[in-house]
Amino acid sequence: MFVDTKHHRPAKPRAAPAPPRFRLGESRAAMGLLFMLPAASILLLFLAYPLGLGVWLGMTDTRVGRIGHYIGIENYEMLWMDSVFWTSVFNTFLYTVVASIAKFALGLYLALLLNRHLPFKAFLRAIVLLPWIVPTALSAIAFWWIYDSQFSIVSWSLQRLGLIDNYINFLGDPAWARASVIIANVWRGIPFVAITLLAGLQTIPPSLYEAATIDGATPWQRFRYVTFPMLTPIIAVVMTFSVLFTFTDFQLIYVLTRGGPLNATHLMATLSFQRAIPGGNLGEGAAIAVTMIPFLLSAILFSYFGLQRRRWQHGGTD
Amino acid sequence: MFRKKTETPAGDGMDYLESIPRRVVTLWIPLILFLFVLLFPFYWMGVTSFKSNEELYNFNDFSPFWVAHPTLDNIHRLLFRTAYPEWLLNTMLVSVVSTFLSLFCAVCAAYAIERLRFKGARYVGLAIFLAYLVPPSILFIPLASMVYAYGLFDTKWALILTYPTFLIPFCTWLLMGYFRSIPYELEECALIDGATRLQILVKILLPLAVPGLISAGIFAFTLSWNEFIYALTFIQSSEQKTVPVGVVTELVEGDVYHWGSLMAGALLGSLPVAILYSFFVEHYVASMTGAVKE
Repeated sequence: MFVDTKHHRPAKPRAAPAPPRFRLGESRAAMGLLFMLPAASILLLFLAYPLGLGVWLGMTDTRVGRIGHYIGIENYEMLWMDSVFWTSVFNTFLYTVVASIAKFALGLYLALLLNRHLPFKAFLRAIVLLPWIVPTALSAIAFWWIYDSQFSIVSWSLQRLGLIDNYINFLGDPAWARASVIIANVWRGIPFVAITLLAGLQTIPPSLYEAATIDGATPWQRFRYVTFPMLTPIIAVVMTFSVLFTFTDFQLIYVLTRGGPLNATHLMATLSFQRAIPGGNLGEGAAIAVTMIPFLLSAILFSYFGLQRRRWQHGGTD
Repeated sequence: MFRKKTETPAGDGMDYLESIPRRVVTLWIPLILFLFVLLFPFYWMGVTSFKSNEELYNFNDFSPFWVAHPTLDNIHRLLFRTAYPEWLLNTMLVSVVSTFLSLFCAVCAAYAIERLRFKGARYVGLAIFLAYLVPPSILFIPLASMVYAYGLFDTKWALILTYPTFLIPFCTWLLMGYFRSIPYELEECALIDGATRLQILVKILLPLAVPGLISAGIFAFTLSWNEFIYALTFIQSSEQKTVPVGVVTELVEGDVYHWGSLMAGALLGSLPVAILYSFFVEHYVASMTGAVKE
């Protein structure tokens, strides 16, 4: 490569580079700073600063259009006694745990199916991803219509099949509402888990499976002792992302139930929105958002260690 | 990052061990069930948007799964009696501008972190990754107070400037992985031939990184098209709204839901990303899996 380039470029007389410009080009710190400037200024101004501002707002009584005063941890004390807040914490955990487990199990199953020898593989993979790329707010509207209390296609079909007598009140009954929003969230999340795990599955060398088969391993043993251990690192990362997105979910709940019925589906994110924007109580809303941070941090630490392990598994080549 | 797929996917080699009935039960039935569940809402969206009102609410005389008399009334109402075309334009404008802005910032940042390797570049890279994990749901309240304070409330600028907060970290992370896969020797040659850093970036690295740029661009465009919470919080007037927010907040007010128009709105709003996606599936999948795998 080096020699080639030299041949292509006949040596032409060139003036010695001007010293100051040369130095700027070589000073990595200066160049680095210059190249980082656009991204860093946007991220510092609109991401790092608001993050700090959010923590500050959580300790003030700011309302829309009025500068707040520092009130210490009063907002948090109020939340501690607020049963709606605790309901939303419970809902958030229920939603995250159930939806994440379902997404993982079904996503892994779908990935294993798609990893088999199939005709139209690329096409299948492409249409499986559709729920993930379509705007959530818009697919949530489709679910809203599917869950309609009078014209639900699901209720109609089940009634036709003779499985139920009355239409199910999907979004009006607290237990059904929780189940419905979780199902809608799982529907949207499966493709992401499946396609990412599929990419992981495709990096597992087939020779491992052949060796296991020759040694007499059953399909379950092949999955348990070959596929799963090889896939663990990517599972850790995918699930961290999935948990993060589910924990902070907002749109689906906002469109389907707005937190109702009886706050049964209020998540921390939707409650914080409701208190801050329509309620005008920015301070309290910010305090609710801040209470999500510790959980997010633990998820991020988990992801970090997941990545570390991966480096080790690849023999430190990553 | 564009790891080459193994020529024969795992399991492929041992397919002959399976009988056909077993294959139908273990592969085709579950797969068809999955596809049915994953695609049904789209079918339902499509079918509903072409139904007339009498058909929509009468499951006894008309089969709900099919359109007996397709009508364009719902779409006509959507396009000519609501602000829907404006929302489409707004979403397009905001998505395109914020995507290009983010790509520019991300290219510079990724180049600095991956190639200039200034002191502390590793930590900056890690910070970018952490920034990617900060969810909009904890940022929208402080951002809202900033947006009020700077007089950006109810303008497209509020969205154009805030969308990059989640687009830049993602694009930078993706491009860092992509730049890493381009041999450094190419740049060394250029350096020796007297090219400046900027020339190297523009004339050598970027042309080689076009697939990575497309991946990042497509993904960023989709993310901004789908964004909801910032657009809901920072925009108030109907003519400034984006499609997801407009459909959710403007079309469903009142007691009467126009399900036909709602579904048509959801369908039309999904089409641009779906079409873009269908042209660049491979890039899209690469960016999604790449960002997670890196």
